[in-house]
Amino acid sequence: MELTRRDALAALSGTGIALGSGVAALSRESVDANEAGPSLDHTLATLTAAAEVVYPNEVEGIEAFVESYSLGRVEGREGYLAGLRDAVAGLDETALSWEDARFAALAADRRDTVLRQLGVHTADEDPDGTLAERIRYYVVNELLYALYASPTGGELVGIENPQGHPGGVASYQRGPR
Amino acid sequence: MTDVCVVGAGPAGALVADRLAADGHDVTILEAGPRFDETPDTERMERSIRPGHAPTEVWDMGGPRDAYSASGPDFYPLNVARVKGVGGTTNHWQGMVYRLHEADLSGENNAPAWPLSYDDLRPYYIEAERAFGVAGASDNPYAPPREEPHPLPAFPPSHSDSLFADACESVGVTTHAAPNARNSEPYDDRAACVGYGTCKPVCASGAKYSANHTVRQAEAKGVDLVTQAPVQRFETDAAGERVTRAVYVHDGAERTIEAEQFVLAAGGVEIPRLLLLSASDAHPDGLANSSGLVGRYFHDHLFAGMGGTLDEPTRQNHVGFITTESHQFYDDPGAGTGEIPTRDGDLAPFKLEFLNYAGPSPVAMALREDTWGDELRDRLADAYGTHIAMGGLVGQPPLARNRITLDESRTDNHGNPVPDVVWEVDEKTRRTIERANEIQCAILEALGVDIEWTAGPEDTGPAYHHMGTTRMSRDPDAGVVRPDCRTHDVGNLWVASSSVFPNGGALNPTLTIGALALLCADGVDASL
Repeated sequence: MELTRRDALAALSGTGIALGSGVAALSRESVDANEAGPSLDHTLATLTAAAEVVYPNEVEGIEAFVESYSLGRVEGREGYLAGLRDAVAGLDETALSWEDARFAALAADRRDTVLRQLGVHTADEDPDGTLAERIRYYVVNELLYALYASPTGGELVGIENPQGHPGGVASYQRGPR
Repeated sequence: MTDVCVVGAGPAGALVADRLAADGHDVTILEAGPRFDETPDTERMERSIRPGHAPTEVWDMGGPRDAYSASGPDFYPLNVARVKGVGGTTNHWQGMVYRLHEADLSGENNAPAWPLSYDDLRPYYIEAERAFGVAGASDNPYAPPREEPHPLPAFPPSHSDSLFADACESVGVTTHAAPNARNSEPYDDRAACVGYGTCKPVCASGAKYSANHTVRQAEAKGVDLVTQAPVQRFETDAAGERVTRAVYVHDGAERTIEAEQFVLAAGGVEIPRLLLLSASDAHPDGLANSSGLVGRYFHDHLFAGMGGTLDEPTRQNHVGFITTESHQFYDDPGAGTGEIPTRDGDLAPFKLEFLNYAGPSPVAMALREDTWGDELRDRLADAYGTHIAMGGLVGQPPLARNRITLDESRTDNHGNPVPDVVWEVDEKTRRTIERANEIQCAILEALGVDIEWTAGPEDTGPAYHHMGTTRMSRDPDAGVVRPDCRTHDVGNLWVASSSVFPNGGALNPTLTIGALALLCADGVDASL
């Protein structure tokens, strides 16, 4: 199942993000020039590394999908971006402490282990909670929302017009294909 | 001084203000909550799906402003049952719109009778349907007569409706389209539904009617809207015969507004609360409360449901609204069919719904599971696809002991006693829920459903329809407002709300709220 930038735009359209042609460039400049913490490139690489763990194996094209989606999500949302970078920094600190490398540099099975040993799989998402709860909110659930509220992700589990996606009013009338 | 001060910018207040402005009057609306323009509805939709946000966070409810008590035998979850802000509760409503039946208005379904007939309401119903943009079909043989088709064509039936059709026929149950205040095609400068699937509590496309649409139209006609302006009390002349001013808080200061006429349109809980908070020497038991009935006869509709799984795809959760219902048992709840037994005894009206959103929504489930990757995909694929369910609403009889009072032991952010919802689900309602479950079971078994859950008398819940607390009557000892929605006691105080319903039948109330708001506006206009 190939995810594309088009899927990312479809997923973003359900989150109210207004997309312009300059989104990516604007985000990189504003983030890297003005903020402390992980660079935007590293933040995106970390999200991509996490997506490779939390998405099903059959999903391809993750890097382009995550980059497009996440850049759209951070544009103009400074509080959200600060929370995301803070969660990524905490995830890296934990990985460095336990595995001697930042999260994105680990092998996939070690990334999965770090997330589970942190308790992210059983944590309730909370943007103001513990590190595990914040990683669940800003990283894991952010990625799962992007995938499963998109038609491509929905089709993986049997619904081509999932909640949160404006997929029209024809699909509910149709029988199974 | 303005001609008319309207308290509340929900559907009733919006329609009253819009109509009176069109009639050439100066109107000011005082709204306790905010405009919701600053946060995109898509962001509110995401809040409604993601588990990190409580249901009350979707529309910013809760906190000291909205404190309440629920001291009755049954708990009432008030702050998930209403929205404070421009558009009111139509921001999070489902958008289901029906005309009450003649037998509701005559008191044959639940007492007491209304002092209005169906013919009295008919012209207002069609106007309310136009204002809301109701999509419907004239195929319901149990509905009261219509003078013309609905403004918009009905949404076509769902795949699961087609599964239900044969089962219903086999047990003698007739189905028909469900009318929706939701654009099946573009209407009145609003877009058609695009299938976000989260109608309640958020429509992110604007296809579902919200009263903020009517408020915008009213403002274009010159209506002055003041938000974040909670009214604290009304003050009257010495004799208590007329309201002279409303006292409200805005920008941290207490302010007043004078008007010729005042219209209360703040919902079935805040309206009686505000009248009780406005007690004075002339009205010692609360404003317009010489009958002692302000706050009494609070009633709601109760949910009856049943569901399970089928051995074939049911295609749920593509949309968040209902397309098919059955009102066959509404006026005759004990009537049997060839396959469904007759039941004697005193039963309330009820309607049956065929849900399009049974079982888990995969995206919402994904955010709550304790795994990810292939394992999560497999869980979602296993959980989704074969669920099917029915719902239904039972009309609770209005009882004097169910009431809104003031809890003098607790105060809100302005120091006013909070509302206390004293509420209980009565025996007649419980008996009728069992009857609805009996029919739901017959239909689901005929369909071959493996029934897994029942919402019966012990685990029912309210539909968040707040009715009856300033009931309408020709007799000033038996009601708070007259048939024209003016209070009996106070010559320039009107109420536009489901609070005036003598009984609310078993049908979602907002269309009738809209019709009464327009009727009320005609009365106010005539008085100016």
